[in-house]
Amino acid sequence: MYKIESKNVNLHYGSFHALKGINMAIEKNTVTALIGPSGCGKSTFLRLFNRMNDLIDGVKIEGSCIIDGKEIYSKSIKIDELRKRVGMVFQKPNPFPKTIFENVAYGLRVNGITHKNYIEERVEICLKQAALWDEVKDKLKKSAMALSGGQQQRLCIARALAIEPSVLLMDEPASALDPISTAKIEELIYQLKELYTIIIVTHNMQQAGRVSDSTAFFYLGELVEFDTTKKIFTNPTDVRTQNYITGRFG
Amino acid sequence: MRLLLVLVKLLPLTVIKKVINKIFEGLLMFSSTITTLTVLLIVLFLFKEGISVFKESPLEGENVIVLSNQNKVSHLTSVEVKKIFDQETTNWKFVGGANDSILLFTFNDLSNYFSEEELGPAFEFLPNKMDSLIEANPGIIAVFSKKYLDKNHKSKVATIDNISPKTFLLGKEWFPTANPAVQLGVLPLILGTLYVSIVAILIALPIGLATAIYIAEVAHPKIRAIYKPVIELLAGIPSVVYGFFGLIVIVPLIQKTFNLPVGETGLAGAIILAIMALPTIITVTEDALRNTPRSMKEASLALGATQWQTIYKVVIPYSASGISAAAILGIGRAIGETMAVLMVTGNAAVMPHSLLEPLRTIPATIAAELGEAPANGIHYKALFGLGCILFIITMIINIWVETISKRRVNR
Ligand SMILES: Nc1ncnc2c1ncn2[C@@H]1O[C@H](COP(=O)(O)OP(=O)(O)OP(=O)(O)O)[C@@H](O)[C@H]1O
Ligand SMILES: [Mg+2]
Repeated sequence: MYKIESKNVNLHYGSFHALKGINMAIEKNTVTALIGPSGCGKSTFLRLFNRMNDLIDGVKIEGSCIIDGKEIYSKSIKIDELRKRVGMVFQKPNPFPKTIFENVAYGLRVNGITHKNYIEERVEICLKQAALWDEVKDKLKKSAMALSGGQQQRLCIARALAIEPSVLLMDEPASALDPISTAKIEELIYQLKELYTIIIVTHNMQQAGRVSDSTAFFYLGELVEFDTTKKIFTNPTDVRTQNYITGRFG
Repeated sequence: MRLLLVLVKLLPLTVIKKVINKIFEGLLMFSSTITTLTVLLIVLFLFKEGISVFKESPLEGENVIVLSNQNKVSHLTSVEVKKIFDQETTNWKFVGGANDSILLFTFNDLSNYFSEEELGPAFEFLPNKMDSLIEANPGIIAVFSKKYLDKNHKSKVATIDNISPKTFLLGKEWFPTANPAVQLGVLPLILGTLYVSIVAILIALPIGLATAIYIAEVAHPKIRAIYKPVIELLAGIPSVVYGFFGLIVIVPLIQKTFNLPVGETGLAGAIILAIMALPTIITVTEDALRNTPRSMKEASLALGATQWQTIYKVVIPYSASGISAAAILGIGRAIGETMAVLMVTGNAAVMPHSLLEPLRTIPATIAAELGEAPANGIHYKALFGLGCILFIITMIINIWVETISKRRVNR
């Protein structure tokens, strides 16, 4: 059984056809990279799986999205329950204007967890997983807004990990970061694969090559090609994929 | 004209632009300075007039209060004077004198004591007669114009304190036209204002907040498109119209519901004020709520928070300063509002004991009485004093709310 599946998904923003009949199946504990030129629908596709697109007025979604064998757009699914299982890291770091500690604890608290020791424990584990612990362990009570961009992004990752989702959606998590922070995040993704199924949007071909098992190439709302990363980068079937990864457009 | 053209041609464009910029800058600075100065002058004027009430004697006109020389009492406060003339105090022992009953004498009683011939055609014998009358009655208290005081009077003129800040602020009676001594206790008016405004804001703030949250976060855009302009429209309705509405709808409703003799009560005022403050509170709060960055809301939702958790934990803290601004504006509107309150609160300047009694607010008092208070008289000055108090109350509330919201943001 696949962890995540999308079957013939079409998405419209009003009259704009943003995703055109997407079929994709993703294995458990793998990293899938979504690549493609700007505006091709990568973020839109990613946001299908935690139903973030639902927040936008005038969005129409057809087809089926399945996680762990269950249709996530069915009426019986509670959206907040779904989002606890499917975590997300956004392109721009978006910590809350609260303390570092409270940022990581947020997901636990809204889950109704009040046990103080447990929360402290989870905060520490997640900050360690996100390779941020050493930098912030002495200032957990300081505002998260005082961190650097790269630190903020790792904090957002720690925040997403705190509620132990099984799927992690990452929308260009390293696009605003310096090479050192980027390397830290890539290293992190590599480790997180053990525990999570990860989908990551990236504009960085090397990054896709380094971290992902499979790669999906999107073009103008279509899924052009989806295969193992190795195949996509060495021997793509479609000429558009070939052109894109060799940098001829995009 | 031609000279100007030549000049313009001669000067390079950049210089002209610079000059124009400078002129604009000057104009802006000028107008902001003028505005600030005007505000300061108004405040200064208000306080100068207001404070001058403390230099006034509470006795009306040129009157004096005259006592017998045998009387131990020689000093009275204006409250004591009023009690004596209201016949609430009937014995000198209650005001520090001997055990002797008090005999009131005003000009109306003149004919009881003297015939017209005795006083002479132009009252020329009156001073002398008065003096002997007072000396003959040790328990008498007489009030009459200074000009009828005998030059070599044996009786003594009682000293009456000027209005002191303490009696002004803590006095419980407001009778600015009482005779012979005015009573200028503003406590009932201060309390009336505070009661009505506080209750109004207690009603308006939760309702306003709830409505704003609904419109900003929950309502379908189509519903929002209808609600918002309607609410903004409410803000533009003149307050007399609100007062009218209150008089016709709310006052009878309160009278019936609570089975009261009159429906014009503090509660009616508070409800009307709440309705009037709502549009401001709603629009300002709603704007603040909508200013929460989308990314913050998405971050919360993506962590599995429900919409309500997101509103409570992210949106409201994020807009805290905007919400407190809304509260300040709402309170400001409530405290300063005059017309509508004047119409529905029954205007009784008495100490308010419950919201189901008529009461009176500071602005309503000023509006109702300024017209009939003789300029520069003590009543007139007292009304200015009331204005100062209103100003101070609003300022305290502003500062208070400001510090609360700062504390919230810092957390
Ligand atoms: N809220 C929206 N309303 C209308 N159209 C939208 C909306 N969000 C995205 N689109 C359109 O859908 C298309 C896909 O957008 P999407 O954000 O998924 O692109 P992307 O592949 O993530 O691009 P990028 O690499 O620049 O992030 C774009 O053409 C965009 O203009
Ligand atoms: Mg994107």
